[in-house]
Amino acid sequence: MNIVVLVKQVPDTATERKLSSDDNTLDRAASDGVINELDEYAIEEALLLREKHGGEVTVLTMGPDQATDSIRKALSMGADKAVHLSDEALHGSDALQTAYALSKALGTVEFDLVVLGSESTDARTGVVGAALAEYLGLPQLTLAGKVDVDGSAIKVQRQTDYGYDVVEAQLPAVVSVVEKINEPRYPSFKLIMQAKKKPVQKLAIADAGIDAAGVGLANATTETVDFAAAPPRAAGTVVQDEGDGGVKAADFLAEKKFV
Amino acid sequence: MSERRITPPDPHDFLAVDSALPAEERAIRDTVRDFAERELLPNVADWFEAGTIPDPRGLAKAFGDLGVFGMHVAGYGCAGASAVAYGLACRELEAVDSGLRSFVSVQGSLAMTAIHKFGSEDQKQKWLPRMAAGEAIGCFGLTEPDSGSDPGAMRTRARRDGSDWVLDGTKMWITNGSVADVAVVWAATDDGIRGFLVPAGTPGFTANVIHKKLSLRASVTAELVFDGVRLPADALLPGSKGLGSPLSCLNEARYGIVWGAVGAARACYEAALEYAGTREQFGGPIAGFQLTQRKLADMVVDVNQAGLTALQIGRLKDAGACHHNHVSFGKFANVAAAQRVARTARSVHGANGITLEYPVLRHMVNLETVATYEGTEEIHALSIGQSVTGISAFR
Ligand SMILES: Cc1cc2nc3c(=O)[nH]c(=O)nc-3n(C[C@H](O)[C@H](O)[C@H](O)COP(=O)(O)OP(=O)(O)OC[C@H]3O[C@@H](n4cnc5c(N)ncnc54)[C@H](O)[C@@H]3O)c2cc1C
Ligand SMILES: Cc1cc2nc3c(=O)[nH]c(=O)nc-3n(C[C@H](O)[C@H](O)[C@H](O)COP(=O)(O)OP(=O)(O)OC[C@H]3O[C@@H](n4cnc5c(N)ncnc54)[C@H](O)[C@@H]3O)c2cc1C
Repeated sequence: MNIVVLVKQVPDTATERKLSSDDNTLDRAASDGVINELDEYAIEEALLLREKHGGEVTVLTMGPDQATDSIRKALSMGADKAVHLSDEALHGSDALQTAYALSKALGTVEFDLVVLGSESTDARTGVVGAALAEYLGLPQLTLAGKVDVDGSAIKVQRQTDYGYDVVEAQLPAVVSVVEKINEPRYPSFKLIMQAKKKPVQKLAIADAGIDAAGVGLANATTETVDFAAAPPRAAGTVVQDEGDGGVKAADFLAEKKFV
Repeated sequence: MSERRITPPDPHDFLAVDSALPAEERAIRDTVRDFAERELLPNVADWFEAGTIPDPRGLAKAFGDLGVFGMHVAGYGCAGASAVAYGLACRELEAVDSGLRSFVSVQGSLAMTAIHKFGSEDQKQKWLPRMAAGEAIGCFGLTEPDSGSDPGAMRTRARRDGSDWVLDGTKMWITNGSVADVAVVWAATDDGIRGFLVPAGTPGFTANVIHKKLSLRASVTAELVFDGVRLPADALLPGSKGLGSPLSCLNEARYGIVWGAVGAARACYEAALEYAGTREQFGGPIAGFQLTQRKLADMVVDVNQAGLTALQIGRLKDAGACHHNHVSFGKFANVAAAQRVARTARSVHGANGITLEYPVLRHMVNLETVATYEGTEEIHALSIGQSVTGISAFR
């Protein structure tokens, strides 16, 4: 079974993230890039599935040159090869355009399954998986907390607020995963040493048959109109416990709709 | 030419010591740092307080999966990374605790190096892949109750009996001695000092844990007793000959200490920097007082100079040009620097600095061991003295 994992490089959530004032897009050069956390779970799941069913794991990344570091990490965790879609024309693409571009890039790879994280820590739209499945005309199995493949049938537990749904489909399919699914491994030194020998195919938009009019900031279907720094945190509310602290705490949670 | 913006130094890497590392070395550094911060740091104060490593086999397996054991050895399931990469791994581990770096040094640089350098092909095949994977633990027995800095005075003896060997003696202060599957033991023979592989459970071989340590508590230390231990002919490491054999292994482990000390120093400096910025006395952060700034300046200089020393010795090693006197220089300089930093960082923490809630006193007392094992500070001063004068003052 051949699996493609979609890996996005995002700014490290531990560092300060900035938008660039020139065009309201994320300033990707301003902070260290790391693999989007949920994509590490996607990589792990792909590796586990390969250990069970054989085949190859290919990493597909769309992003600027510096995303090479994230590709290398995915290869160091054990992926077999990578495709890096990188083109100036892609700068500023929104979620739908990204899904379109990825669907075209997937046309250059043979796969039975596409695995991705259910959202990224930078944009947090959570729609790329669904849009991608739509573009590919494939079944989408989202928010997977468990994946089982049996021949050409795939079954996942889709995490919900009330527990999980069991969702089944036929391969090829697109699966987005949530944190609960596994515990991502650390890269091993041996694989780190081998990573540079693994094939990384660079694609420009023309190589993937991507229509320049369908991607990039100028053609985006969504627009960032303005942005502002988050307001400083307001002072907390102090509640005096006069024997009714529990009630007050519960009222507070109810007011904030936590309970 | 594009314009290059000069940015102020990063307080966490002031001289940008890591800036020229190639991608693989950076990847290894980041992997170990990530592993150490997530898997080791949350537990180490408890292990230190308990005076042991509660699950040495689990820890060995985790280190093995990472690939850190014997990582600079090629073949036999080892990663075959550069000396600098190995150094970076030691640095990141010792930033958590010297005891955890010691675990890796003893397994990879002492026990595995001895087998790799002096073992027969059968011995290598039998032990190295399992040790690299962390499925088997090794220890290295050189020091004795009455022979430390002067290992040539050892009393442990191995005598021939037919084709067998019979081993008698006591080894002291042996890291991982009571948890090891195999001990590399150095003994005097009619043919000079030679190394032997003694599996745990061999009749006559016992290991007794050493208690009441006030340093390197997140590490197991033991006494090994050999009472008429009968070993087959193939227990001998055939390539070992003379005191130079164990000393060459120690040189590998010391190289890791050159880097490890930088990690301990960095952790102390960073803790002090953070504490000084948030702790307020006399109406302001103590970081704003001149005396504290002097301490921070002294610490950041020590950390970065030690870092450069380690990197330069590592580059020499990767170029095949590292003499054991270079390593003596590094151990002498960097451990002393780390001790100064730890002590200063502890003072910045006031009373909090004496607890396990902060890493500084733990590092400070660990470094007493680090300054002692693998050649004491004095012995390295003497070997540097010998190197520059041509006169030996100690042997
Ligand atoms: C926690 C821990 C773990 C250890 N793990 C291991 C291990 O795994 N394997 C192993 O074999 N050993 C191990 N050791 C032992 C360590 O290598 C020795 O402690 C070290 O070599 C010093 O020997 P010693 O303790 O006998 O001190 P001594 O040699 O007795 O030295 C005492 C003092 O005299 C000084 N001195 C000695 N000779 C001279 C001289 N000629 N001129 C000036 N000063 C001199 C020394 O510098 C020191 O200050 C460990 C030690 C510790 C504390
Ligand atoms: C085991 C133990 C027992 C103790 N017993 C008692 C007790 O019985 N009763 C009691 O009242 N207290 C006791 N203490 C507290 C002790 O007196 C304080 O720890 C001490 O006064 C230092 O205060 P601090 O720990 O808050 O450090 P801080 O005052 O926060 O100092 C932190 C660091 O900043 C430095 N610093 C502070 N101000 C300046 C400045 N203006 N310029 C330059 N540097 C500065 C300090 O020298 C120190 O290096 C005890 C402490 C310990 C560790």
